[in-house]
Amino acid sequence: MDIHEYQAKERFVAAGIPVPPGRVVTTPEDAEAAAAEFGGMVVVKAQVHSGGRGKAGGVKLAKDAAEAREHALNILGMDINGLTVGKVLVTLAEDIETEAYAGVLVDRKSQAVTFMISAEGGVDIEEVAHSSPDAIRKLSVDPRYGILPHQAYWLANFLYDDPRLIKQTSRILMQLYDAFIDSGASMAEINPLITTPSGEVKAIDAKMSIDDSELFRRPDVAAMRDTSSEPASEIKAREAGLSYVKLDGNVGCCVNGAGLAMATMDLVKYYGGDPANFLDIGGSSNPDKVVSALEIITSDPNVKVILFNIFGGITRCDDVANGIVEAIKRIDIKPPIVIRLTGTNEELALEILAQAGFSAYTSMDEVVEKAVELAGVA
Amino acid sequence: MAIFIDADTRLVVQGITGRDGSFHTREMIEYGTQVVAGVTPGKGGQTFEGPNGVSVPIFNAMDEAVSTTGANTSVIYVPPAFAADAILEAADSGVGLVVAITEGVPVLDMARAHAFARDRGVRVLGPNCPGLISPGKSKVGILPGQIVAEGPVGVVSRSGTLTYEAVFQLTSAGLGQTTCVGIGGDPLIGTNFIDCLEAFEADNDTTAVVMIGEIGGTDEQEAAVFVSEKMTKPVVGFIAGRTAPPGRRMGHAGAIISGSAGTAEEKIKTFEENGIAVAQRPADIVGLLQAATN
Repeated sequence: MDIHEYQAKERFVAAGIPVPPGRVVTTPEDAEAAAAEFGGMVVVKAQVHSGGRGKAGGVKLAKDAAEAREHALNILGMDINGLTVGKVLVTLAEDIETEAYAGVLVDRKSQAVTFMISAEGGVDIEEVAHSSPDAIRKLSVDPRYGILPHQAYWLANFLYDDPRLIKQTSRILMQLYDAFIDSGASMAEINPLITTPSGEVKAIDAKMSIDDSELFRRPDVAAMRDTSSEPASEIKAREAGLSYVKLDGNVGCCVNGAGLAMATMDLVKYYGGDPANFLDIGGSSNPDKVVSALEIITSDPNVKVILFNIFGGITRCDDVANGIVEAIKRIDIKPPIVIRLTGTNEELALEILAQAGFSAYTSMDEVVEKAVELAGVA
Repeated sequence: MAIFIDADTRLVVQGITGRDGSFHTREMIEYGTQVVAGVTPGKGGQTFEGPNGVSVPIFNAMDEAVSTTGANTSVIYVPPAFAADAILEAADSGVGLVVAITEGVPVLDMARAHAFARDRGVRVLGPNCPGLISPGKSKVGILPGQIVAEGPVGVVSRSGTLTYEAVFQLTSAGLGQTTCVGIGGDPLIGTNFIDCLEAFEADNDTTAVVMIGEIGGTDEQEAAVFVSEKMTKPVVGFIAGRTAPPGRRMGHAGAIISGSAGTAEEKIKTFEENGIAVAQRPADIVGLLQAATN
């Protein structure tokens, strides 16, 4: 789960990281009031879950409160990569001497929480990692000890020569680690980490992603979820315990297992079609889940055909069949449904489906070809 | 032969009395796995009655279970909030292999658990994995026993049901397996592709390997380099997620393209550069395998 910049900054501030004063607002009037209170130049920043906010015109410098109001008026309601801006952060503008990058993430390669530091701030760190890996210093943290003071110093020393800047940065890195752990994050980033002409180190941007598996035990973090930027279908799917990602095609896919669901989408493409979604009904055998899945898929007006691909293991084919039959009773489904079922309780499932007037395929290729054909005709 | 588990595997089930644990314990006993103990805190002294008259003693804690029964492998079906603790307990109990089925374990818990197990020389498979099966010998986890057959092919995969699909096609074509391993869909997993490839390379009965990957991370790319540098046996690959959009988690916590890294194209390219034939569709795996082994 991604959280907004202003929320990440709240976590940073709680950990002690110096962040310029700021306030999140939803109206131009409040933006003006905040700017007047801070005094001086402010930055008005769109709060959306998207990169490239600056490029899209969602980050503007204002010299006074009146200009802050004007920028807020323009940015609020703006569309950035398909997301509507509902909130802006008004924050005091800092004098910037240097910009650096400081990030911490769960690194698969080292199997550990890992710091990445670079003197090249304000840029895409993946790009830097790719083009000039020597410009990055990395440190994998031993979970038994957390980040140790000398390790934080070693990282900070890569950025600055001035001992005062090194000292401040070391402290910030240790605080960043605390914020990361206390939030159950999978990624936390200060980009840029700046120095000011007077010799202070501050975080002027903040980014944080939370591990979804942490949310059950961190209600304060879970409460930060902003559903306004999610399609309604994805919210409904999450509440129903389904993994669903909406896409642009017209072949609605309903599959058990994430790997098979991706392979099914790929096969739709292989046969010349376009998947409307990724959907994993999961391992459990609950007919209600199938009903929810069908409700979600049919709520997408692009869907011309619904494709089931079920390989029964823990998932019992008869449960899925019952779910399909139940869904047809409860909701009005217009697109044709094509079904492939194989594995646990396959025969039973075929009987249930036959009674409801459905036949089923046993091969994944056959059913996908059929679905693509129907999507083209409809 | 087989890798990681065989007829000598003596299994302890952590969470044996739970809904998933009890269901799959029956399935494993039915398949012929030697399930020698179960652990559920507070239920020590009871027994779990399995199929075929098999009765499994239940213990309160892992150390008791292992010292009493000589178990050498554990499988974990406990809920996400307690799964990492169960792994730590298993790693301290003397078993050599811990198979963690549970999905949704906090990743930071796993960072600790993996480090702890590594320090003790204990192999963890998973979490968020279907486990593994050595056909005709032993099954640990949730892979359906009826789709596998004994034979010379090693299978390693990040996925569950996609593995079933591939294995089902192999078996239907008369290509049996030495061991099928599901390494799991999480970002931090205890056993990766290279660990499995190394074991298959060393296993005398395995003559070829099917490697099934997906978007996210660089495990497949590193494995591909390992194949070209260290393996003599042919490897055939499949990568799921060619149509997955960047930045979106596709079900598995680890299946996400971050920025431009971890795409299917990148993985397929690395496979091909390292001499691994890549199937366009799951249905093409059998043909590529036959071509590679002839």
